[in-house]
Amino acid sequence: MSVGQAIPTMVGEPPDGDLQQRFLYEMLLIRRFEEKCAEMYTRGKIRGFLHLYTGEEACAVGAINALRADDKIVTHYRDHGHALARGVEPNRIMAELFARVGGTNQGRGGSMHIFDVDRNFLGGYAIVAGHMPIAAGLGLAANLSGEDWAALCIFGDGGVGEGEFHEALNLAAIWKLPVVWFCENNGYGMGVPFDDSLANDVYKIAASYQMPSVRIDGMDVLEVYSATQLALAHVREGNGPYFIEALTYRYRGHSMADPELYRTKAEVEEYRQRDAIERLKRSMIADGLMDEASYEALVAQVDAEVDEAVAYADASPEPGLHTLYDHITKEYEGESG
Amino acid sequence: MTEMRMRDAIREAMREEMLRDERVFLMGEDIGAYGGSYACTRGLLDEFGPERVRDTPISESGIVGAGVGAALAGFIPMVEIMTINFSLVALDQIVNNASKLHYMSGGQVNVPLVLRMASGGGSQLGATHSHSLEGMFAHFPGLTVVCPAFPGDAKGLLKRSFREPNPVVFIEHTALYGARGEVPDDPDHLVEFGQAATVRSGKDVTLVGYSGSVHQCYRAADMLVAEHGLTADVIDLRTIRPLDMSSVIRSVRRTNRAVVVEDDWKFGGFAGEIAAQIMERAFDWLDAPVARVAGKDVPMPYNRNLEYAALPSEEDVVEAVLAML
Repeated sequence: MSVGQAIPTMVGEPPDGDLQQRFLYEMLLIRRFEEKCAEMYTRGKIRGFLHLYTGEEACAVGAINALRADDKIVTHYRDHGHALARGVEPNRIMAELFARVGGTNQGRGGSMHIFDVDRNFLGGYAIVAGHMPIAAGLGLAANLSGEDWAALCIFGDGGVGEGEFHEALNLAAIWKLPVVWFCENNGYGMGVPFDDSLANDVYKIAASYQMPSVRIDGMDVLEVYSATQLALAHVREGNGPYFIEALTYRYRGHSMADPELYRTKAEVEEYRQRDAIERLKRSMIADGLMDEASYEALVAQVDAEVDEAVAYADASPEPGLHTLYDHITKEYEGESG
Repeated sequence: MTEMRMRDAIREAMREEMLRDERVFLMGEDIGAYGGSYACTRGLLDEFGPERVRDTPISESGIVGAGVGAALAGFIPMVEIMTINFSLVALDQIVNNASKLHYMSGGQVNVPLVLRMASGGGSQLGATHSHSLEGMFAHFPGLTVVCPAFPGDAKGLLKRSFREPNPVVFIEHTALYGARGEVPDDPDHLVEFGQAATVRSGKDVTLVGYSGSVHQCYRAADMLVAEHGLTADVIDLRTIRPLDMSSVIRSVRRTNRAVVVEDDWKFGGFAGEIAAQIMERAFDWLDAPVARVAGKDVPMPYNRNLEYAALPSEEDVVEAVLAML
């Protein structure tokens, strides 16, 4: 049972230039998409709760790129970044935020509930830790089916105080379920620092459920990627679950409604100095994998995609009132399942 | 037809569905070697093994959520919640996840999950172990709520529940597990949801019940004939969501009087829903206000006499009928 803060051993080859390029592109896409969401919220295009992911991009991109297409993901309500990293089209995510028919969920879900079943992206869940037992059930299904796909469950440090966290980790441990538990510890459960909320470090709490548990730098996409690869190899071999605590930071408030009275601007600035995008960009330039000009071109490409997403969302119609009762239940056709 | 007890009919339904469809599996607290708190799964561990008849920790939220997850991945889980009282700690999974995922995802996913649980008071188990929460579950769009009163219906409805692509809350009254009745042998015998059964016909009053209260209605109907020369329609709703209101309305338009009976608390209870719908659809046919005979608005007392006073009885039903004549 390994418990610790050591950087896990790399599995296979380290990410090559192409893969690093992809990581950079996806992190930038998430960053610019989220910033555009903030703008659209201010303009009243996006309503309801909006929780932005800026600062945490390395977690989504590193962890989700380690998955296979047949692995299944469930995540929390700060979910746009995870959906983007899984390849869900920015157009359809933005349209969902605009509550339009062209959205991933036809405008029925909203920011906190992005689903894309074709990509095994089985949802953002908005009750803290409420999706963790679901992840255990996915792992159980993988084992019962005899297939070697795995479940990735992403949640925040705020979830660790919920009973469902403990029930789900325990089930996964006793039944040896192929679940990678991925805690994005951004330091705060809304505005309460996690060390005021929890009696122990997150990865140590998880380790007490008899699974390997590591704490990693969640603002280093290469470290997140290799740690998740290692975790997936472990769970696929039938060894039971694996726990990753990724230390990260959100640059914006908990939601757009957050006045941020609980932290200083200096603290936010301190974390911005460790920005995952800047770090990868610098190391890629140092390794000769890109230059400033190609970086700027990448930013321009991403911005064009985000603008296109806004245009798509704006053009997509609102759902008709006659669809109000659609999808309450799936129609029974005399067949189960 | 074979005569069997309710618990055996329930077991037979699960057994047949497991034989029919290998995606079906069972999990719950003490459903394996122990055979289930009410013996509904006795013998199934031996027949199907621990992968498909899975004992779980005492983690109601965890196991219901795991059922949701397995359902999302193509299985048809049955999660037994030992009693309906413990469903209260799993409500997040039932209400926030199981009932909503199909709608919230825009129809992308569905949750074919069967949740069985034992309900009802009358056994001196005190306030926390005597709930009747059928009406609470019926409140949530997206859930089907099944409340059988007879073994034959229990089997047909439970088999139907395993074919349903959406979450089903299947509620069994503890007082009925030992009740005997005729059960069809045909393994394809299903009872459709949303179809009430008229278990007794009369002309003077309509008595409406579900689960245990159907039997109070039935006994009250006997008393009304024997002691007062009155005959009653007795309607067993069988499922309260979907709700077969048409059968109730047809009967009320004929009898012009209705009494709704349930174990649950009267205040904010399901009987109020039935009464309201009768008013909406049969007001002009009513010769008296619809009466509700339900549990008293108190936490269930332990003392036997007090508990009896807190629960509705057939005498209460008869009294309600006589009061509206």
